Amino acid sequence: MELSKSTFWGYKRENGRVGVRNHVIVLPVDDLSNAAAQAVENNIKGAMAIPHPYGRLQFGADLELHFRTLIGTGSNPNVAAVVVIGIEDQWTQRVVEGIKKTGKPCVGFGIELHGDHDTIHRASKAAREFVQWSSQLRREERPLKDLWVSTKCGESDTTSGCGANPTVGNAFDKLYPHGVTLVFGETTELTGGEHLVAARCRNDEVRKKFQFVFDRYQQVIERHKTSDLSDSQPTKGNIAGGLTTIEEKALGNIQKIGRKCLVDGVLDKAETPTGPGLWFMDSSSAAAEMVTLCAAAGYAVHFFPTGQGNVIGNPILPVIKLCANPRTVRTMSEHIDVDVSGLLRKEMSPDQAGDKLIECMFRTANGRLTAAEALGHREFVLTRLYESA
Amino acid sequence: MIHFVVHEEGDGVGVVVVEGVKKGQDLVGWIMEDDKEIRMTAKSDIPIGHKLALKDYKPGDTVIKYGVDIGKVVAPIAKGEHTHVQNLKTKRW
Repeated sequence: MELSKSTFWGYKRENGRVGVRNHVIVLPVDDLSNAAAQAVENNIKGAMAIPHPYGRLQFGADLELHFRTLIGTGSNPNVAAVVVIGIEDQWTQRVVEGIKKTGKPCVGFGIELHGDHDTIHRASKAAREFVQWSSQLRREERPLKDLWVSTKCGESDTTSGCGANPTVGNAFDKLYPHGVTLVFGETTELTGGEHLVAARCRNDEVRKKFQFVFDRYQQVIERHKTSDLSDSQPTKGNIAGGLTTIEEKALGNIQKIGRKCLVDGVLDKAETPTGPGLWFMDSSSAAAEMVTLCAAAGYAVHFFPTGQGNVIGNPILPVIKLCANPRTVRTMSEHIDVDVSGLLRKEMSPDQAGDKLIECMFRTANGRLTAAEALGHREFVLTRLYESA
Repeated sequence: MIHFVVHEEGDGVGVVVVEGVKKGQDLVGWIMEDDKEIRMTAKSDIPIGHKLALKDYKPGDTVIKYGVDIGKVVAPIAKGEHTHVQNLKTKRW
């Protein structure tokens, strides 16, 4: 596939980033503000509320991650404008100021001293203006390098490791030389193959950083485990699908980073990369958490290989699902965007599978809804580091 | 028709990629990396996505897949038999 002159049609944002969706979101700072945010969504067609259960009495690194994720979500180029609603003015303004650094329209409303009625009234007016303004924006032709692509797999089985994940790897190997910004993560799910990722790191500095975050989480496991993690990693679904050990799961997982691209840097959760290349994000392997962190880091399209059939989506990041398990493709076809089951019948080469995924990526970037978007999957799950105060 | 795939030469297990493999069934396998065919006879019913042993194993042996260690054998496994949590365990955690 010749990609050097490839382009896609995206929305160029005020800060130069390019999005593939044009959402106006209503973002609650905390659990208490979900009701008002959802009322605004109900009032204004084209505004999307992103409810979540957190944002009270968090502190330290956990609170920083909360803000980074919310600000990152609002800052994502797939978002045109943001209405922020929080119980208190101060934290609400902190999120607003963070998002405003991108230059995009953003306004915040505190509920205290106003109540829900007045807040919903004012926030709905703002959302209506944003929706009408953003609906006039037009897509423009942009070079491939302006697209940021993330990956994370889910409900993996053995077909993930020999079909769907190598397809992502093939696509990543093709996108990497064109300056696309890529990311993978899932720290625990590298266990048993961490030496292979370490060997792919660009230099010793990156390798040291990778090894540090990997070892750090192994210590978390050691501290909290009862006997082992065998109830969680592999999951019951993984085991039903034929995956036996974490090592086997990890080796399948690592197929997603292909064979040629190097790991150029290590990101903290929801951290925005500073340049093109392949980044490793220290993250949970839970699907919705990881995809939420990718969206908050600024990624615009997501590759999600599945074996047994994970149905996840995200409110702002289109999630493209690919699958090589013929039974899943048959029984859960409405969830699968790219069927690569032909790989396991030798009817399709890895190269053809990678091309098929990249073609779907361009169609998705140009505006075609993914299966998860059409089905209304909007899983938005914040990662917590420890218990609230 | 391919019934199971093997990532590379030297791997000790293959992955069944069709539904309904029955005990006693003759199977055709594809070694993907080397594009070679091998043949096996299933010693158990094996669901799609599950593994079969390509050789005999005794407890303590290491199983190789993708050319890498994926865990230790905890119960004897005969060539062609279903290889999963009942006879293979992680070496981590």
